[in-house]
Amino acid sequence: MSTMPNVLVRSEFEAADIGKAETGDVARKLTLFERISDMNSVRKLSILVLVIAAWELYTRFSGVSELILPKFSATAEALYLAVVSEQLLAMVWNSMTVLVTGYAIGLAIATLLTTAATMTRFGNDILSTLTAMLNPLPAIALLPLALLWFGLGADAIIFTLLHSVIWPVALNAHVGFMSVSETQRMVGQNYGLRGLVYVAKLLIPAAFPQILMGLKIGWAYAWRTLIAAELVFGGSISDTSEGASGGLGWFIFANQMDLQIAHVFAGLFTVILVGVFVENVIFNAIENRTVRRWGMQAR
Amino acid sequence: MAKRNGSAAGIKPAADTTQPILNVDGVTLQYKTKEHLITATYRVGFDVYPADRFVLLGPSGCGKSTLLKGIAGYMKPVEGAIRLKGREISEPGPDRVMVFQEFDQLLPWKTVKQNIIFALHNGGKTDTAAEAEEIAMEYITKVKLTGFEDTFPHMLSGGMKQRVAIARGMAMEPDVLLMDEPFAALDALTRLQMQKELLQLWEDTHFTVLFVTHSIEEALIVGSRILVMSPHPGQVKAELNAHHLNHDNVGDKKFAKVQQHIHDMLFADRILEEDVQPGARG
Repeated sequence: MSTMPNVLVRSEFEAADIGKAETGDVARKLTLFERISDMNSVRKLSILVLVIAAWELYTRFSGVSELILPKFSATAEALYLAVVSEQLLAMVWNSMTVLVTGYAIGLAIATLLTTAATMTRFGNDILSTLTAMLNPLPAIALLPLALLWFGLGADAIIFTLLHSVIWPVALNAHVGFMSVSETQRMVGQNYGLRGLVYVAKLLIPAAFPQILMGLKIGWAYAWRTLIAAELVFGGSISDTSEGASGGLGWFIFANQMDLQIAHVFAGLFTVILVGVFVENVIFNAIENRTVRRWGMQAR
Repeated sequence: MAKRNGSAAGIKPAADTTQPILNVDGVTLQYKTKEHLITATYRVGFDVYPADRFVLLGPSGCGKSTLLKGIAGYMKPVEGAIRLKGREISEPGPDRVMVFQEFDQLLPWKTVKQNIIFALHNGGKTDTAAEAEEIAMEYITKVKLTGFEDTFPHMLSGGMKQRVAIARGMAMEPDVLLMDEPFAALDALTRLQMQKELLQLWEDTHFTVLFVTHSIEEALIVGSRILVMSPHPGQVKAELNAHHLNHDNVGDKKFAKVQQHIHDMLFADRILEEDVQPGARG
């Protein structure tokens, strides 16, 4: 065509024989250092070591009071003593029992709410209104009321835990169900899935990334609420029977009263360790076996 | 349905071909958007016979995908009737399996094999796990995915995902396989390959397939009979034969003539050019 711009016409060629590439490797094995520094755990652990070293050095050489900031070594020793002779593990167990009870009841209620919200418009309205209203309310703010209704004891804590579990779990599960792709819904119906079977075999797995997210958030809220609640009136719970029946929050509270600051730090460490264990070990394992394996979540 | 007459080569199906397997009779389909009531198809009628590779061809907005959804049972016609083997269709069912354009039609939490077994099991096709496994492996082999049976869908390429979807659909041995632009999201080379493989599969078992596309070329290659539809609302423009055309004819005079004929038919209505891809290569 005449409107075509002038192009430089060059001769064509075809490679007769493509030889082996001689420079560089197609696939080179990474060096040991490259592989180690690629490991997340190694990098994170080295940061931890740095923090601990800085802490120990500061407390040793700055002359800061043991009552303000104990040495890392003293904290570690306190943690060891607490585990060996002060029944810290039993206290952790007490806390976990309350937590798991509250979490389980919360999940059951959340399941009912989500089912109602998915099936009917009325249920949907109930869930969205209640969630919008109650989700911003920190669970610990309900504790005074819970004490009034249920008295001093595990029941009051479980009530506040329910509040911290139900809303995030129900909300996330509902959003998950709503966002299952139209194609996948049609596939499920195509192969004859109806009613509860359809929910169990299609909607729940398809919405699992969001459901799991809700479970994680619910757990995180519940754990923080539990420790806070035990701090507030852990003392009362420990009075309910002889021996160690208090929780982890109570351990921190009581040791602060006795000015056992190293033990307070040890208690805080335990809170962190349990939290890390559940969030990074248990939930991570669930994620690796499900959503990550299925490619429904990045990494 | 015993349609596995693998020895019967050629276009002529051996079984009872005098009765249509699928009868679409004066079907008007409407759906609502937020502001409008859209009439997608208006009094569309056609018959699909056993072993047909029946293509619904038309530009965007001619209601061909909506029509396929109606046949699959996802929506009810406001007028007319859709009958499969004489029975009116009322809801989705495993006797009409749909293959979608979207890659997420595979269930991501199931492996390739599990996806097929899931369909067989829930569709009531098999009773025992061993039988389902056997059928699944047979179809995985058919679509050339041996070795990938335990792979999760997110590890597969687009073309492989569509192969799994086709295997899943064919394993159900439905009365009619519904394909809604199954190759539209693939790159050109893969699409060409998939068209060839689909035709090879058809040579094997002579299944009945209803294929939706907006590419004239794809319609001529894949189809044995083509329903040309006009848009807004979708109406039948023509029904043409294409059983004598395939990949080998692309570029032939014969092929070009039919292609041009359909092209003219569609463009007579001054359809926006980008809606139709007359020359979209394979």
